[in-house]
Amino acid sequence: MGYTLAEKLLMKNTGKTSLKPGELLTVNVDRVMVHDLFAPFVIEKFREMGFAKVWDVNKIVFIYDHLVPTSFIEDSRHHKITDQFAAEQGIKNVHRADGVCHQLMPELRYVTPGNVVFGTDSHTTTYGAVGAFAAGIGYTEMAAIFGTGRLWIKVPATMRINVNGKLPKGVYAKDIILRIIGDIGVDGATYKAMEFGGTTIRELSVAGRMTLCNMAVEAGAKVGMVEPDEKTFTFSGVNGKEFGYLQSDPDAVYEKVIDYDASQLRPVVACPSNVDKVKDVEELNGVKIDQAFLGSCTNGRLEDLEVAAGILKGRKIAPYVRFIVTPASRSVFAEAVKRGIISTLMEAGAIVTPPACGLCCGRSGGIVSDGERVIASNNRNFLGRMGGPKSEIFLASPATVAASALEGKIVDPRSYLQ
Amino acid sequence: MNKLIQGKVWKLGDDIDTDIIIPTQFLALKTVEEMKKFAFYPLRPDLPGLIKPGDIIVAGKNFGCGSSREQAPAILAALGVGCVIAKSYARIFYRNAFNNGLLLLESAELTDVANEGDTVSVNLETNRISLEDQQFAIMPVPDDLLEMVAAGGLVPFMRKRNAK
Repeated sequence: MGYTLAEKLLMKNTGKTSLKPGELLTVNVDRVMVHDLFAPFVIEKFREMGFAKVWDVNKIVFIYDHLVPTSFIEDSRHHKITDQFAAEQGIKNVHRADGVCHQLMPELRYVTPGNVVFGTDSHTTTYGAVGAFAAGIGYTEMAAIFGTGRLWIKVPATMRINVNGKLPKGVYAKDIILRIIGDIGVDGATYKAMEFGGTTIRELSVAGRMTLCNMAVEAGAKVGMVEPDEKTFTFSGVNGKEFGYLQSDPDAVYEKVIDYDASQLRPVVACPSNVDKVKDVEELNGVKIDQAFLGSCTNGRLEDLEVAAGILKGRKIAPYVRFIVTPASRSVFAEAVKRGIISTLMEAGAIVTPPACGLCCGRSGGIVSDGERVIASNNRNFLGRMGGPKSEIFLASPATVAASALEGKIVDPRSYLQ
Repeated sequence: MNKLIQGKVWKLGDDIDTDIIIPTQFLALKTVEEMKKFAFYPLRPDLPGLIKPGDIIVAGKNFGCGSSREQAPAILAALGVGCVIAKSYARIFYRNAFNNGLLLLESAELTDVANEGDTVSVNLETNRISLEDQQFAIMPVPDDLLEMVAAGGLVPFMRKRNAK
């Protein structure tokens, strides 16, 4: 009997020679990420538990992104508490304004293939794009890892999703994952490992794979993963020869296998206020918007900004639309400036914000009022996520966001693509 | 832990996410006590003022989906919610709830028949829920998890254990 990617990674981590979904395991944690919003709570629990020193200063990464730049008087308190704790413990991996945590962890190679990683954020699943087993947890369990370097988990059953063939023009990783969630539902993969494979996935960049794994949690998954390949090894700066084991066995046992023909996929939109309310973009054609948002750990990477700039070059957005662009990290921002992408977006009418969580979590940089509609490239369209409880969020690819910003209404991006 | 819970029902729907339970804008408040006033703010801002200690939240499927914010179960525990009974839960929320002393129970049937304001009784000895003359079976919760809930969550549970 063979094993899936997640199972093989967990066997390697624990030294076990066999395991089964549902089995409880204590894993050795390779890296943890804590962001500024929850850091004070982790620190408080760590102390309440009676720990004095963290288990490994090199394995802890603090990223300030939810409260950057601060928007309320009390926000910087979170940074002060975390700075003080990091100094006292000797933790050097503190990023104070370098970008969104889930972009930075793989980009800065804190997460590499084969790692077991936990973060105090549900979108920690993103790191499965580089062949890591990565999941979100709460602050109490994170405090226990700070003290021990270990955590118990239940081995998830694996759901394999094959996507094969060539993606049509105007269809991106975002459309693939929204289609999948639309089909299986927001609890369709609860507690499971979602393993994405097939020729279409192989063709995707690491950035595109990050979009898929980022949103695995929107179907309830514990982790989302892609088998690492040469692209991954180059991205992560590791020798691929050491990671041959990170492939599902041909006779792996999956709880479910779902197959997609890429050529049949279309640009889609997730309607308010659940991620599985997915419709073809044509069905929403003409729905007026007040704001467009391009950014986040889902779709704020260079190729996302580039697609939008391609559509907006030499054009102006609708006069009544506020178009917010938030690069996912400082290096994405710098590279987009260098390539002229930022000036193209700004000339089209974009408001470019610093790389951080900002609008995606409804904390700053484009909060909307009741009655307003947003077309957005991020991962959640929950009730009131970006402001007023009667505002509406529609999730789509960067191309659909850019084309909709131009026309001031939701439109199919394909007419703007050569 | 008290094996009998009886409380008034507050009824919610499917896919109640943690952004609804406590929106991000309130997560930088200093304490869970301050945050609890904003529970369910986007959906039912009146609820924190109405929920009395011991009351029971009855919901549909996938309760607690979305963000990993542990403040979501922490504020429900702080409001004194006796337990949550839903058709199913999201995985991060599930662990966070027990770690914060909030008891979660699953029932496929109760949600469809219970109305807001009803009185529901839970018996953790017999693992049954009663609503007037109707009874529904629930999966037993292991004793060590019940002890953790009774202690108020993982931190006090560990402290108590380590003090022995």
